[in-house]
Amino acid sequence: MSVTQKSYFTWSIAIFLGVLFSEVLYPGLNGYYQGILMVAGVNIMLATSLTLINGFTGQFSLGHAGFMAVGGYTCASLTIYLLPKLGLSPLGIGFFYAAALIAGGIVSGICGYLVGLPSLRLKGDYLAIVTLGFGEIIRVIFLNVDAIGGARGLTGIQNFTNQRWIVACTLICCFIMFRILGTNQGRGMQAVREDEVAAEAMGVNTTSTKVGAFVMSSFFAGVTGGLYAHYYGYLNPSTFGFMKSFEVIVIIVLGGLGSVSGSILAAIALTILPEALRPLQEITKVDFRMILYSLVLILFMLLKPNGLLGRHEISYYWKKFRRSKT
Amino acid sequence: MKKNLIRSYVAIFVATLSVVACTKKEDNSNKILLGEYGSMTGEVANFGQSTHKGITLAQEQYNAAGGFNGKQVEVKLYDDQSKPEEAANTVTKLITQDNVVAVIGEVASSLSLVAADVAMRNKTPMLSPSSTNPDVTKKGEYIFRICFIDPFQGEVMAKFAGQNLHAKTAAIFRDVKQDYSVGLADFFKKAFEAHGGKILIDTAYQSKDSDFKAQLTEIKAKNPDVIFIPGYYNDVGLIAQQARSIGIKQPLLGGDGWDSQDLVKVGGAALENTYFSDHYAPDTTEPTAVKFIASYKAKYGNETPDAMAALGYDAFFVMMDAIKRAKSVSREDIKNALAQTKDFQGVTGKTTINAERNAVKSAVVLVVKDGKPKYFATVEP
Repeated sequence: MSVTQKSYFTWSIAIFLGVLFSEVLYPGLNGYYQGILMVAGVNIMLATSLTLINGFTGQFSLGHAGFMAVGGYTCASLTIYLLPKLGLSPLGIGFFYAAALIAGGIVSGICGYLVGLPSLRLKGDYLAIVTLGFGEIIRVIFLNVDAIGGARGLTGIQNFTNQRWIVACTLICCFIMFRILGTNQGRGMQAVREDEVAAEAMGVNTTSTKVGAFVMSSFFAGVTGGLYAHYYGYLNPSTFGFMKSFEVIVIIVLGGLGSVSGSILAAIALTILPEALRPLQEITKVDFRMILYSLVLILFMLLKPNGLLGRHEISYYWKKFRRSKT
Repeated sequence: MKKNLIRSYVAIFVATLSVVACTKKEDNSNKILLGEYGSMTGEVANFGQSTHKGITLAQEQYNAAGGFNGKQVEVKLYDDQSKPEEAANTVTKLITQDNVVAVIGEVASSLSLVAADVAMRNKTPMLSPSSTNPDVTKKGEYIFRICFIDPFQGEVMAKFAGQNLHAKTAAIFRDVKQDYSVGLADFFKKAFEAHGGKILIDTAYQSKDSDFKAQLTEIKAKNPDVIFIPGYYNDVGLIAQQARSIGIKQPLLGGDGWDSQDLVKVGGAALENTYFSDHYAPDTTEPTAVKFIASYKAKYGNETPDAMAALGYDAFFVMMDAIKRAKSVSREDIKNALAQTKDFQGVTGKTTINAERNAVKSAVVLVVKDGKPKYFATVEP
């Protein structure tokens, strides 16, 4: 099989598994597990999209929650204020929702562009502070705009997000993140990560590469925000504080910076871990959950500083495993 | 290197398995299981903990008195860390996994709103002890509350300022970071203006600020008759101190967010001549309340119960009262019974659930005197 054929093959399996999951497996599950899986899907999208900036391009962004908030609020405002005026059929509502998600992503992408552009002269810690500031600005703006609920939060969002939306969006997001590595843009990103000066000398347009990474990453964060809003039916600015950004960073660092499959695995593991530890609380009567959770993070970083998969994808380990057998 | 990798995979695998392993639903045939979700940790942890203390006390007393038809009542508590996602997760777990008949919670309206959606989807009655935001019970027919709502509280303080304090003008100093404060400030403003008063200045701070002098000086310059500060106790203590130190002598008014043991600890003498609306007065002579306060003090080391504890206590008994009246211990019947709650005598007064599933009950106004909140007036709905 050629590389392209192999890739088609892999992705058709992924799509098949996605359909199988959302149509057969998911409806039979208990509501609690459904909830956890939905959150896992949201976290996978957040993590893989942040991988683009923090992993591939080697920039350090702390504003992911801000982008998510922009997308979430945009999408929710559209479905709250515009949708009832249109009087659409159920199918039309589905299309409108898809459009609203994309609109949320686009507005968020524009914000990413605005943040990315002036921040290009900055690196490392300085860029981190700029993006952190951006996230806080977004949060405080939403806190003070009364039309979208202000501090009371935005209520009355319909629960459009079901497992099909989450599975479809997660698949699309993961597909793009995996495939982008092979494109010009993706290789440019990696070149910027390794050595910016060398990359520029080789003809990589570092400016457009970095801005491109920001825009694409914030687009997906925005879409995720829309899904999130229509899953919980409620948005509150305090959800999108910098702690939310940190949670995503923890996921991608744990999964291995620059590894998409690592982020996916870590996103799933870190969504399940706090819930899996819940029975412990019942036994001990004290909430040790967060202590243990943090302990796991510390131990993991000490024992495996490069994260779950390091910089490689899971296929790398699979190949290595097969080679070692033969 | 490879060993580590395999180890980490095993760890994830075990974590996944442990979740899958406990998929079975609880069997609750020989007991009655209620669910409680609350903020044991996080931003509003002290409210959650107080409520839980009240509920625990109520549950112990109820079971000691024989329980429900010989069955013991258990309350399963989960911590939602004051986070909306966690509130949704925990309530889903309570309903779908632990199979509780009804859910009690939350204090913070922002968390109740998220959980209410989950309760509605699963057709499970949810009783909020102290979420005062009107939107909470608007979520649907399964969502109830046993406290008054913010419009009423705003009305109470506006009426009180006009009638008892003869105020013609007022200043509002709100906490823009708290949904509770913003809502209450709006309702106060509306009611005060409707009664012919005038709001001279409406200015804001953010929780956890520590210097309020700039805004307070501005307020002082306008010289209003009263100053309404619908914030939480920790900020209010500081605000009161700084207000007095720059020479503001007017009465300060507030809402039930002021209710805490710590209010006077932080504010001290600066809080003399301040009034706030609350769900019950700790120095009440009403027999149910006196009994509650005595047993609470006995159980929790002489700690005076705050309104959250009292409402938690009442929430449990309102729930059990409904379960007793219900045709069967099913979610549907409990919901119907809850809706018919009438003149239930609790610690925080007589509770009647109206058609909007809100409690119609009176509010009390407390005055801080000699370093202690004392009963001042009762305002009927």
